[in-house]
Amino acid sequence: MDIFAQQLVNGLVLGSIYALVALGYTMVYGILELINFAHGEVTMVGAMVALSVIGLLMGVAPELPGVVVVLAGILVAIPACMALAYTIEKIAYRPLRHAPRLAPLITAIGVSIILQNLAMLIWGRQYVSFPAILPSDKYALLGAQISLLQIVIVVLALLLMAGLWLLVERTRLGRAMRATAQSREVAELMGVNVDRVISATFVLGAAIAAIAGVMVSAYYGLAHYYMGFMLGLKAFSAAVLGGIGNLAGAMLGGLLLGVIEALGAGYIGDLTGGFLGSNYQDVFAFFVLIGVLVLRPSGLLGERVANRA
Amino acid sequence: MPEALRQRPRLAFAGLAVLLAVLPFLVGLGLGNAWVRVLDFVLLYMLLAIGLNIVVGYAGLLDLGYIAFYALGAYLYAWLASPHFGLHLPFWVVLPLGAMLAGLFGVLLGAPTLRLRGDYLAIVTLGFGEIIRIFMNNLNAPFNLTNGPQGMNRIDPVSVAGLSLGKPLHVAGLTLPPTTLYYYLFLAFVLLAIFVAMRLQDSRIGRAWAALREDEIAAAAMGIDTRNVKLLAFAMGASFGGLAGGLFAAFQGFISPESFTLWESILVLCMIVLGGMGNIPGVLLGAALLTLIPEALRYLGDLQRATLGHVVVDPSDLRMLLFGVALVMMMLFRPAGLLPSRLRRREFAAQDGVAEQEQASLYDAHA
Amino acid sequence: MALLSVENVSKRFGGIQALEDITLAVEAGEIYGLIGPNGAGKTTLFNCMTGLYTVSSGAIRLDGAALQALKPHQIVKLGFARTFQNIRLFANMSALENVMVGRHARTHAKVLGAVFRGRKTRAEEADTQERAQTLLNRVGLASKGQVLACHLAYGDQRRLEIARALASEPRLLALDEPVAGMNPSERLQMGELMRELRADGLTLLLIEHDVKLVMGLCDRVAVLDYGRKIAEGQSEAVRNDPAVIAAYLGSEA
Repeated sequence: MDIFAQQLVNGLVLGSIYALVALGYTMVYGILELINFAHGEVTMVGAMVALSVIGLLMGVAPELPGVVVVLAGILVAIPACMALAYTIEKIAYRPLRHAPRLAPLITAIGVSIILQNLAMLIWGRQYVSFPAILPSDKYALLGAQISLLQIVIVVLALLLMAGLWLLVERTRLGRAMRATAQSREVAELMGVNVDRVISATFVLGAAIAAIAGVMVSAYYGLAHYYMGFMLGLKAFSAAVLGGIGNLAGAMLGGLLLGVIEALGAGYIGDLTGGFLGSNYQDVFAFFVLIGVLVLRPSGLLGERVANRA
Repeated sequence: MPEALRQRPRLAFAGLAVLLAVLPFLVGLGLGNAWVRVLDFVLLYMLLAIGLNIVVGYAGLLDLGYIAFYALGAYLYAWLASPHFGLHLPFWVVLPLGAMLAGLFGVLLGAPTLRLRGDYLAIVTLGFGEIIRIFMNNLNAPFNLTNGPQGMNRIDPVSVAGLSLGKPLHVAGLTLPPTTLYYYLFLAFVLLAIFVAMRLQDSRIGRAWAALREDEIAAAAMGIDTRNVKLLAFAMGASFGGLAGGLFAAFQGFISPESFTLWESILVLCMIVLGGMGNIPGVLLGAALLTLIPEALRYLGDLQRATLGHVVVDPSDLRMLLFGVALVMMMLFRPAGLLPSRLRRREFAAQDGVAEQEQASLYDAHA
Repeated sequence: MALLSVENVSKRFGGIQALEDITLAVEAGEIYGLIGPNGAGKTTLFNCMTGLYTVSSGAIRLDGAALQALKPHQIVKLGFARTFQNIRLFANMSALENVMVGRHARTHAKVLGAVFRGRKTRAEEADTQERAQTLLNRVGLASKGQVLACHLAYGDQRRLEIARALASEPRLLALDEPVAGMNPSERLQMGELMRELRADGLTLLLIEHDVKLVMGLCDRVAVLDYGRKIAEGQSEAVRNDPAVIAAYLGSEA
């Protein structure tokens, strides 16, 4: 088996999940210039809710096919996350919209801590495993193995991105979002209900995050109250890599980060003469983040931030 | 402060000095030696909070990876004064080295990132904190630098003039346990840190930090080298962290990556936010409260056992949750903290009068 | 040699040509006006001069020293200070503290000095405070040193900005619309202050909308329109220049 091809495949799968989560960061940042630190936790809640539903369904209706059960889980997780994100925005961010910049960031961290610990109280400290109810077919692809699940993740992620793209470019809501991102004041003057647009942005990002949460737990076969933290950080790094505030950038950044991480983990041992092992997988995202910020702060697809003095 | 004392600052000062001197005895007798240990940690966190306050409160830079500098100081102490490498350098050599190492890392991390916007800095520092922790966790192979997740133990205690603070001291019929001895050491460092921080705040440098926090572009147009001044704040804060880390290692005699998680960074941040950013008394109050409250919360377990017969919710599970709630509530209802600084108090009161200033983008790439 | 010379300066933002081939020279001791309709590029030119923007091409010299590669704080050190069109005071610092910050480029205390506060540092602090108070007196804010900048009246904020800029001991002071939003009597006072400053040997560069003020105050003016210099010369001559009347005066008259 070709390690390079395999790691590339793994990287793309992981990267498409990062991309989905990154979209949520980038949309909120584009409009509010806020790092919605709690977004990773929303993703985690999506995974946890879905797993609870799945467990429940398997108990009451064991004859249902696995795909249906997981789908039901996703369908409950999405509105749950949307409601959660709506509430977070309304309670923790909206009152601080005109506060000094640090204030909403600190509440975002607070919300993140609250969600993590509530999740720990509800679902426990242990890993929650994702039941093996999905087909585990594997296919050979260019010297690598790819599972059906991986294919579904990538395809679904691409469909979601395309859908979001259409929504932002072609619908009234999308136009209002873009206008608000350009200038909140002007959008307001033009009759855009800015509060609703901001809520919609949070809710939309949360819906996508819910799906991403289920994907990541299905992919790794487990979920954990702490999973949102690292996932969120990496997704944020991906958004910065692509150019924060830029949807295409988030997608590109996510995929790239996934690939960098997978290849890095696969080759770090060789690269450092065995000094560092694959347990350093998690540091790549941060090195990429710092590297991008140093070399190209606006990200790969980001426009140079306009100069205003 | 009662009016009588306000008129006699010297008397108040003397009273405070006596109180601080006998505090460990009072606490030791009243609550037991375990609480003297808690007192030591209060002082240690005060040191950390004073350091982070230079970065966040004075210069307005959000550092979410502050504990990484604490970790660097602690690990350096362990490397230079424990059987791990067989080195046993004295504390007065190791502590300054730790502060310098942390300051150096602060410069290395700050130099490329400080020209970016504040919230990017927050994320980069957070990432840096995690990187350091991951390295500490994994650098036990192929070459055993940190002993991995097990951590390093048998670290030398501080010893002053041949007198080890790690052993009880018998003097004049009294027995001073190590916790009490370290109390005095930490107290000395905290007092020194307060002195330094206050002097800095009220100086050309401190005014430059405040100007930077208020309006970066105007600060640059007033002749302030914004990058250097930020770097200075960042490095100063980092070296306070490194110093505290060294003290922590010597005091505990044992360190592991467990002690240096992101939540420790956030805890210290909470201390200064809760107490009142930029204001030393506020920062000290915040550090004391957030160290003492979780300790007191341990009694919640006993309380549950007494009233409900068994422990329903593990108090340590509740601790972080309460932190989160407190953080959000503070920002929503008392954003300037419990004891806001003169400056902050004005700032938040005057919010409406302040012309909305564009802090966002700075100058072209060369700047 | 001119105190400030701008040589063939251009500035592009992406596809927008904000300044095109601007050349002008400010002589020592004069009051030089920069006028033009909104969006003509006056503030952009200011920002290029003071290091907030890098020029796309061309050179800017202060007394022969090239400024275009310098950072804002280095330019201040060379003796070139400015104010901002949209007042940028340190809102939550007192008026006195604002002016004291302005002394930054001319003072030296470092960390060690600040901590140990030796004789030299104490002398410097005292001097800083005294000079700051003198400057407050000069601009008419003598009694307002302890007031927070954000609590000052609008006209006072403009005056405070000038005091703060003066604290850096500039040779050349650039004022971006110093009388914007002021009433007629405040405008007169401000004009008077500028004349006094010039009499003290300071060179002034002035962006202004108020044509009457500019014409009455400035020795020479340059007119910008769409990023280009369309006229330069003695105030009276420029005033009668047909291109200027068409581009600027005509549109306002």
